[in-house]
Amino acid sequence: MLTPIFPQGYNARKRRSQMLMFDLFRMLSIFIVLILFAILGFIIYKGAGVLSWDFLSKAPADGMTSGGILPAIVGTLLLMLGSAVVAFPVGIMSGIYMNEYASKTGWAVKFIRLMTNNLSGVPSIVFGLFGMALFVKYLGFGDSILAGSLTLGLLSLPLVIRTTEEALKDIPDGIREGSLALGATKLQTIWKVVLPMGMPRIITGLILSLGRVSGETAPILFTCAAYFFPQLPTSIFDQCMALPYHLYVISTSGTDIEAQQPIAYGTALVLIIIVLIINLLAGMLRKYFEKRLKMK
Amino acid sequence: MKKILEKAVKWILTASGFVTSVVILLIIGFLFTEGAGLFGEKVIEEGYVLALNRENPVREMDAAQIKAIFDEDVTNWSEVGGPDLRIETFRLEDMDEYFTEEQLGPDYGNAGPLIAGLVSSHPGMVAFVPESMIPDDAPLALIEDRSISPKEVFAGSEWFPTATPAPLFGMWPLLAGTLWVSLFAILFALPFGISIAVYMSEVASERVRGFLKPVIELLNGIPSVVYGFFGLIIIVPLLQQVFGLPVGESGLAGSIVLAIMALPTIVTVAEDAMRNCPRSLREASLALGATRWQTVAKVVIPSSMSGIASGVVLGIGRAVGETMAVLMVTGNAAVIPHSILEPLRTIPATIAAELGEAPAGGAHYQSLFLLGVILFFITFFINLCVEYISSRNRAKNS
Amino acid sequence: MTSRQESYHYRQQEQMEKIEARDVNFYYGDFHALKGISMDIPQNKVVAFIGPSGCGKSTFLRLFNRMNDLIPGARLEGSIKIDGQDIYAPGIHVDELRKNVGMVFQRPNPFPKSIFDNVAYGLRVNGIKDKKFIAQRVEESLKGAALWNEVKDKLTASAYALSGGQQQRLCIARAMAVAPSVLLMDEPASALDPISTAKVEELICELRSQVTIVIVTHNMQQASRVSDKTAFFYMGEMVEYDDTKVIFTNPHMEATQNYITGRFG
Repeated sequence: MLTPIFPQGYNARKRRSQMLMFDLFRMLSIFIVLILFAILGFIIYKGAGVLSWDFLSKAPADGMTSGGILPAIVGTLLLMLGSAVVAFPVGIMSGIYMNEYASKTGWAVKFIRLMTNNLSGVPSIVFGLFGMALFVKYLGFGDSILAGSLTLGLLSLPLVIRTTEEALKDIPDGIREGSLALGATKLQTIWKVVLPMGMPRIITGLILSLGRVSGETAPILFTCAAYFFPQLPTSIFDQCMALPYHLYVISTSGTDIEAQQPIAYGTALVLIIIVLIINLLAGMLRKYFEKRLKMK
Repeated sequence: MKKILEKAVKWILTASGFVTSVVILLIIGFLFTEGAGLFGEKVIEEGYVLALNRENPVREMDAAQIKAIFDEDVTNWSEVGGPDLRIETFRLEDMDEYFTEEQLGPDYGNAGPLIAGLVSSHPGMVAFVPESMIPDDAPLALIEDRSISPKEVFAGSEWFPTATPAPLFGMWPLLAGTLWVSLFAILFALPFGISIAVYMSEVASERVRGFLKPVIELLNGIPSVVYGFFGLIIIVPLLQQVFGLPVGESGLAGSIVLAIMALPTIVTVAEDAMRNCPRSLREASLALGATRWQTVAKVVIPSSMSGIASGVVLGIGRAVGETMAVLMVTGNAAVIPHSILEPLRTIPATIAAELGEAPAGGAHYQSLFLLGVILFFITFFINLCVEYISSRNRAKNS
Repeated sequence: MTSRQESYHYRQQEQMEKIEARDVNFYYGDFHALKGISMDIPQNKVVAFIGPSGCGKSTFLRLFNRMNDLIPGARLEGSIKIDGQDIYAPGIHVDELRKNVGMVFQRPNPFPKSIFDNVAYGLRVNGIKDKKFIAQRVEESLKGAALWNEVKDKLTASAYALSGGQQQRLCIARAMAVAPSVLLMDEPASALDPISTAKVEELICELRSQVTIVIVTHNMQQASRVSDKTAFFYMGEMVEYDDTKVIFTNPHMEATQNYITGRFG
């Protein structure tokens, strides 16, 4: 019978290596937090001085070396709205189909999930190309808010589908069976029981998808975005300016760097604020709904 | 009535279930039709011909040779398979050097015959002129034009889509640029990503984790133009100073920005995988006297390897397809990079930068769609890898 | 009550106690999970914990190798000594404690590694690098767990290729490889079929010469078959603790009587 003789001091050594590794991980994590704060802090620091009511409420002037960014803000909001109109109904319906109608083990679910995952991996510039070919050229919408919204809508579709599906998946089957047992039809069960229960998480997901849309540039480069379009758009066939594209234009192909850099900082700050608001909103909603659920 | 409604709704929902599949098919369809058109285009710009002296036996040249001749990198016909003869090039702009305005006549009416005469009297001359200008009976030989070949496109080492007379669509530099930048981005992001994932799932208290999670989500939410802007203002000048570069815009700057952008994906997916590692396995390891770190390194990480791999592959996918940030900081030189410190250009950045200027339907336009097709398939392949890894994982767990 | 405590006191002096628990109170947050438990567990005996689900027997067992440390919000009062050493004293390292106090879990939980690597794991994480020694020790442990003959030709195969019963014996071999002096078993046969259960029980009887075994079980026949002493837990309290024979034939407490005769639980 052998008795293991454990090496002296090994325990101390393995504890030391644990401390070393965990400290390393902690440092790297702190580093990432610092990077985030550096990016945010830098943009807030430089952009805060630029923000003013005029900056938010006026159109660019003097070859985009002065004035504000109102058309870009309006454009971005319109594109968010437009993409929501495109993506939300279809996406939610698709999520309902996946979770409530399609057989969980059937080929359809597997296939759709594969396609949805693939679509979510398609680079945004490819969406831009596709939107240009289909909406701008083939369907003849031209560079327009319509074409941009459709392109952005398709881009956010996978996210909407996935959040809907996940929200519905967490609702226990017992609740559906309870409703069906009372004589409700499948549609009634979904409409009156399943959807209301899943709504909080679906809404949170929708808000996050809006956040993603607000920052996308590549898909609207060739479908919608205008370099300079100072008046506000009047129809969905108008082009529009958009914050991310404006930031790109100002910071890379500016004519007067001295005068334009503050505008770039201001634009970046407004973009960041939109993203922050959306993330906060989603987080707060999540917490609020969780609390309400617990109280029930 | 109720029944019909139920049925109708079911069909509508089913139809919307397949929307993503339809979109994928449409993307493939549209990108392909536009992109494949490139191979129907001629090497020499449409409507133009390259006219030679009849005594010159050369009849075929590829786009790279044509460009070299007109750039005067190649100055003797023997270099392209012809006789030992000096090459003289003639473009329309050179007309004034050879002819006076009176000779050319009103609206350059006499230009055609004059050029024909010029070329037939200079044995080494090659003229790049509109086809319509050359009289049918002119005693000239023409370079035989042919379609652009896939080999020139996929293996070509020069991307010069605006070159005349023959644009070059060699995609290799762009592909190489994309791969270089993505590779380095992942090399930077990987150690950070795994470390943070381990820290969040294994080390940090619930409170610290509750702080880190939104930070990661926020990093994921920052628009790519903002990253690009940040890179342009901070990272690019910094790199220029640190490495003493002539320009700070470089592959390295792109990699750093991409690394930060790919990080949230890697962290989220890897952390998820590690948290899903069964508690019973951790307990078994701890109960044998292993430390938490030993447990993480020997049990948790190996058993969540496929999840971690999915995260990394997804991160690569994100890096490969990222457009704006890369466009803003890599300097966009379409050359095969020799070092990560040089400017380079990726596929998405090329599309974004050039599509606006490419005339619709032309070869340049089509070549950009072809790049889109390539990009689509790279990311499609990456996604299939992720699916494969995670489906194997599911099979193993059940 | 008084007579029981006296006899208990008397026996305590005749043999060496391996584990001594004194006035142990344990809380999960606000929930008082264990209430004032004191108990001595003699060396090289098998002690069974029985009682209905949620009575605290598993919680108590997991205090002996400080497995409950992992639960946030958990709190312990009282003391637990193993070999006279307070295992919750400052300066005690859990990894050293757990090396000495092995554990087998309710469900077989082999690592997703080869059979050999599973058994070698405990040796390796405790710093043993000598390959020859590891190989010998793995063989011994597998023989000790009556698994050697079944797996000796496929040591490099994945542990998941084994049946449930084999996996549980592998886990026992894994725990025994580091030669602990105490082995905690948390319902080790509850997920197994009758034949595998019999094999595990046989194994417990053989292992008692090497280690002190504490086993939690739902199965009263099992407790009566394998253990020397039995403790009955109910609602976080230890109702009765005595020789197994006494508990199952002539328990002092009515609750114990009711439980072993199947009137509740």
